[in-house]
Amino acid sequence: MTEPVLSVHNISKTFGAVKACDDVSLDLRPGEIHAVIGPNGAGKSTLIKQICGGLKPDAGRVEFLGRDVTSLRTSARAQAGLARTFQVSELAMEDTVLQNVTLGALAAGGKGPGLFRAALKNTGLRDRAMSALMRVGLEDHAAIRASELSHGQRRLLEVAVALTLNPKAFVMDEPMAGMGAEGSKRMTGFLDQLRAQAPILLVEHDMDAVFALADRLSVLVYGRVIATGTVEDIRANEEVRTAYLGEGA
Amino acid sequence: MNRENLINTILLLALATVPLWAMANDAPYTITLATKVAIFALAGVGLNIALGLGGLVSLGHAAFFGIGGYAMGILASHAQNFEPIMQWPLLIEGSKSMPVIWITGVIASGLAALIIGALSLRTSGVYFIMITLAFGQMLFFFAISWPAYGGEDGLSIYIRNGFPGLNTLLPIHFFGICYTLLALALLFSAKLAKSPFGLALNAARQTPARVEAVGLSPYRLRLTAFVISGMITGLAGALFADLNRFVSPSMFSWQTSGEIMVFLILGGVGRLYGPVAGAAAFIMLEHFLGGLSDYWHIYLGVLLLLVVLFARGGIIGFLAGRQVAHD
Ligand SMILES: Nc1ncnc2c1ncn2[C@@H]1O[C@H](COP(=O)(O)OP(=O)(O)OP(=O)(O)O)[C@@H](O)[C@H]1O
Ligand SMILES: [Mg+2]
Repeated sequence: MTEPVLSVHNISKTFGAVKACDDVSLDLRPGEIHAVIGPNGAGKSTLIKQICGGLKPDAGRVEFLGRDVTSLRTSARAQAGLARTFQVSELAMEDTVLQNVTLGALAAGGKGPGLFRAALKNTGLRDRAMSALMRVGLEDHAAIRASELSHGQRRLLEVAVALTLNPKAFVMDEPMAGMGAEGSKRMTGFLDQLRAQAPILLVEHDMDAVFALADRLSVLVYGRVIATGTVEDIRANEEVRTAYLGEGA
Repeated sequence: MNRENLINTILLLALATVPLWAMANDAPYTITLATKVAIFALAGVGLNIALGLGGLVSLGHAAFFGIGGYAMGILASHAQNFEPIMQWPLLIEGSKSMPVIWITGVIASGLAALIIGALSLRTSGVYFIMITLAFGQMLFFFAISWPAYGGEDGLSIYIRNGFPGLNTLLPIHFFGICYTLLALALLFSAKLAKSPFGLALNAARQTPARVEAVGLSPYRLRLTAFVISGMITGLAGALFADLNRFVSPSMFSWQTSGEIMVFLILGGVGRLYGPVAGAAAFIMLEHFLGGLSDYWHIYLGVLLLLVVLFARGGIIGFLAGRQVAHD
């Protein structure tokens, strides 16, 4: 079996009386989409914050590309190739769409943000940013402000920013949140191709999308992973059916 | 040329024309007022980089203004008394040369901004405002209780410092110096805003989590901005001291920080020429309203309230409309 790109070992995190993550372990292998599902408040976003940085686990560790990154800063993990998208869009709303993707491109350029040459006149940066926009189909919106995009377009822009980073793994927190059926379908088609570029740890509520995309699934309930397996395994799992899919899956 | 660029150009030309007119009509005081506008605007260009681009509400920029002022005061007073500042381990003498004074002031205020910023930027929001205010006050009280350099009374310099090739005693020459430095600072600030650094800093103000997630450090971006900002305001402080040929602890006072922020808001925070419009309006209000009533600050307060309530982009925003997203 090939080495996982990203692995989480026995992570725990408590907030007061809430066990947001309870001894969570999972991994992400090359070329796969590993979906994490679970009811609201199960601890999915908390898990992502510990993987990508910004929240230190009480116990356990995170390995990325064979290296322990548990105590690295968010920015260092991103530089290593961990590309994250947020559940609630984190975009510079006053800036244009192009400026938003350029932000990712300039960080990936390696040298840190220069003081003098105009960012948007730098053809290297611009090409990189535009090609990311083209991949999500936002190239015609490059010059408008992020605040003028529709909700669905903002979700795509989130992904486009992640694309500029030379990612070795994607970590996506509900990329389809609030997208509507049509948008979800487009995003599903897009993510399906994206796994060839880098594996995706995908937190998602949209079950159609999850069942269509996931190579493996982990089910998180009250901070615990109650099952991991293929789509068939999970569909067949009694505990999962009662805890989460009960409604009729 | 878009509307904002047109307004900016008119502003800059007007600021040059007024003192030339005043010179022709023998009104030196008007030249002094215009010089004051240029210097205040320069201080505001500095604050605008921290506040407008970086979103850093610093109520301690008087610290840098004052350090620039004291750089001038200390160097020039040693030079006029023929006393070296230090003899051991190496000889450092005072100076009456503006370039030497500027470089000293800029470096000193940059270092101060590095230290103050490194500590303050670990906090945010109200705490950041309070801690920058506290640093400013610390320097204020330090200046008051430092008898070697005049303490509470400040330091007087008898003759304005020199600049090679110019007669700085002529008001119009000194204005030319201040105006040129302001124009250079505006040029720099325009380039900075469009640079990758400016893009990232601007994003760090709006969405710090995103900036981190692409591998940049908002803290470092802000600290860099704070240092650049402090250096420019420090340069303005050195010029202000030279304009008055006097420096006193009041340059360090929180009122000074407040005034810079007030006219920046008046002119338009985050707008390139906001500090120029704001400084001009502020000096004119002070001049005309101040002549009518000792309580002119009340009218200023009312005006400020109107700006905050109805014209969020300040004077520039009011005249030029919403900022154009640049390409
Ligand atoms: N910073 C925090 N302080 C205290 N409690 C927190 C904090 N962050 C999360 N929690 C709690 O931890 C639990 C898990 O939250 P989390 O956001 O990870 O859930 P989630 O699975 O992402 O839910 P959703 O599907 O709604 O996005 C919740 O009970 C939440 O209230
Ligand atoms: Mg969540």
